Amino acid sequence: MSQPDILNQAFELGFTYTRSTGPVVGRFLTELRDRNIVGIKASDGRVVVPPMEYDPDTAEALSEFVDVGEEGEVVSFAWVKEPRESHPSEQPFAWAMIKLDGADVPMVHWIRAGREADVSTGVRVRAVWAEETVGFITDINGFELVPEEMS
Amino acid sequence: MTDIAIVAYHQSKAVSDVGACNEVELIMPVLTEVYRQLGIANAQDVDFVCSGSCDYLQGAAFAFVAGVDALGAVPPIRESHVEMDAAWALYESMLKIRMGHAESALIYGFGKSSPGELPIVLSQQLDPYYLAPLWLDSISLAAMQARILLDAGRISERDMAEVVSRSRRNALANPNAQLAGDISADDVLAEETYVSPLRRADCAPVSDGASAMIICTVEKAREWGVPYALITGIDHRMETHNLGMRDLTDSRSTRLAAEGAGVGAGKVDVAELYAPFSHQELILIRALGLGDETSVNPSGGVLAGNLMMASGLSRIGEVFNRIIAGEAERGIAHATSGPCLQHNLVTVVEKA
Amino acid sequence: MSERQDPVTGIEAPIYLKYNFTAGAAPARFLSQIRKGVLTGQRCPRCEQVYIPPRGSCAACGVATEEEVVLSDKATVESFTIVSIPIPGNPIQPPYIVANLVADGANISFIHLMSECVNEEVHIGQRVQAVWKPEEEWDYAMDNIRYFKPIDEPDVPVESIGTLPVSGWEG
Repeated sequence: MSQPDILNQAFELGFTYTRSTGPVVGRFLTELRDRNIVGIKASDGRVVVPPMEYDPDTAEALSEFVDVGEEGEVVSFAWVKEPRESHPSEQPFAWAMIKLDGADVPMVHWIRAGREADVSTGVRVRAVWAEETVGFITDINGFELVPEEMS
Repeated sequence: MTDIAIVAYHQSKAVSDVGACNEVELIMPVLTEVYRQLGIANAQDVDFVCSGSCDYLQGAAFAFVAGVDALGAVPPIRESHVEMDAAWALYESMLKIRMGHAESALIYGFGKSSPGELPIVLSQQLDPYYLAPLWLDSISLAAMQARILLDAGRISERDMAEVVSRSRRNALANPNAQLAGDISADDVLAEETYVSPLRRADCAPVSDGASAMIICTVEKAREWGVPYALITGIDHRMETHNLGMRDLTDSRSTRLAAEGAGVGAGKVDVAELYAPFSHQELILIRALGLGDETSVNPSGGVLAGNLMMASGLSRIGEVFNRIIAGEAERGIAHATSGPCLQHNLVTVVEKA
Repeated sequence: MSERQDPVTGIEAPIYLKYNFTAGAAPARFLSQIRKGVLTGQRCPRCEQVYIPPRGSCAACGVATEEEVVLSDKATVESFTIVSIPIPGNPIQPPYIVANLVADGANISFIHLMSECVNEEVHIGQRVQAVWKPEEEWDYAMDNIRYFKPIDEPDVPVESIGTLPVSGWEG
C-alpha cells in the first residue's frame, strides 16, 4: 500500500442568504434604520428587546411595540481579549447582555471598552449608531460606556 | 413501556485533529467494533440505522450522506439522520423500536470539528436576524452565563476549577480522553482567563472522533446472548432561543426532562453529563438533584474531549459501560444541544 | 430622516465560513498516485469490486477497503449526457459531454468529460482513453486528465461494462 501525502486545502464556504423579516423583525430593523430601538410587550407585560413574534411562554402572537431607550445596564458580559476574525471589533471588547431602559429582558450585543476593568455588571452603556444605518442589527455599532457623572 | 436494551457501544479516541481521515474512515472503526461485540457483519444485521452529525463542522456538504458508505447499504437499509447529537438519533431509534417497526437499531455520531473554527461555526445556529450576524461565538455565550452565576453567588471560580480538576483526574483512567492529568483546582486558578470569566480549562477542547451503539428489544438482546443494560427512561426538553428570557442560572429543561425520564425513582450511582463548560456541570448537578452518592463524569466528561454530535451518545455509552462492568446499578446520562444548555435530553440506564 | 423610506422587509445575511480541509487516507492515496499519472482504485476484501476514486470503504458491503489496485487509463462509457446549457463559473463551453466511465480493472464508474468526439455519436459501451495534461502540470487532481477521447476499439456489450480486466478489452 502506498503512503499518502497529507493533503490540506484551505477554503471558504459561502451561503449568500437573503431573509424575509416579517412584520415584527421588519419593524424593529426599520426603527433601527431610523436610530430608534423598539421592543414588544409579551403576554405577561414584559417588554422584550429585540422583539419576538411569539410569546415563548404562551405562543401567543405579539404585536404591541414599545419604544425603549438607547441606554441601558449591563446584566452580564464576557471579555474577549483576542477577538476572532469575524468578531465585530478588532480591538479587545466585551459581549454583553444589556437591559435597555424601558425593557424587561436583556438583549445581546457588544461593548467598546479599552480595558476589561472598565466593564462590570451594572455599568451603564449607550448604543453607538453606525455612520450609515441600513436596517440591520449592526446599525447599532456596539455600545459605549456612559461616564458615571452623566448616568 | 417496553424497556430497550443497550447491547454494544464503542467510542474512538478524542483527538484534536484526526488528520487524513474522512467521515467514512472516522465512522468505520467504531462500527466494526460494535459489530464485533455482537458477532454481526454490518448494518444489514440490524433493522434500523440512525446517525447524528452536522456538515457545517467540517464544511463538507452532505458528509452525512457520504457517511452511509460505511454501512453496507446494499440491499437498501432503513436509515435516518438527525442534524443533532446522536443521543437524539438514539431517541428516534427507541421510538422506532417501541412502535414495533424494528427490533434493533444501530446508532452512530461523528464529528470532525478541526477543519473549521468551531465556536464561530456554532454562532450560526443562533437567531439569524439578531445574533448570527454579530458572529457571537459559543464560548462567549457560555462566559456570560458563567458570570451571571458568579455574580449571583451561586458558584465560585474555585467551584469551576474543581470541576476541571476532577475531569482531568478522572480522564487519567479513560484511554479515549484528549485531556487528562493530575491537575488541582489551584493549578486551574493559576491560569489566566481566556474569555473572561472563563479560563481555557473551563471550556471543552475541540475534538474529532465518533461513537456507535446498538440497542434492541430485550428479546433480541437475549437472542444475541451478550451482556446488556436497560434504558428505563428518556425525555428531552428545549427552552426558548431568546437568551434574555431564559433563567441562565438554572436548566429548567433538564429538570423537566429528568422528571419525565424518572430520574428520581431510585438511587443514581453514576451520572455522565454533557457540560461543555465547567460551570454548566454545576448547573446540571443541581437541576438533576444529584448528591454525594453519585459519581459524576467518571470518564472525565466532555471537558476531557468533546466529540460534537457524538458526545451525547457517548455519555449514554459511558453509563452503559459502568453498569456492564458492575461498577454501577443505575445511572443517568445527559446530552445537550444549543447555546448555554438550551436543549437537554436525559436517559436513565439500569442493570438488567 | 428627510425622506421617507420603505419599511424593511428583508435582509441580506451572507455567511462565510473558513475551513482547512484534509483529504481522507483513501482519497489522499488516490490523489498521490494521480499526481504521478497513475489511476488507482481499492478492492473490497469481501465482494472484490474495485472502487475509483476510493473513499475507504465498500459502500455495498460496509467493510474497509485497503488493497490498492493500479488501473488502466482506458475506460468504457457506461452512461453520458450532452450538456447544452452554460453553467455559471464553468470555463467549458457547451455543448459538451459528461460521462460515467469505468476504467479497465475497475467495477464502479467515475464521472469525467469527453472530447475529441462527435457528440451525437457518443454511445454506451464506447471505448475511450484519457488525454493527460503535460506532465509538468500534474497536481493532486482528477483534472490531470483533461478529458477522455474515443479510441478505435470494438464496443463493450452492456452486460460486460464494469467487468473488464486491467489488461483491457479484446473485443
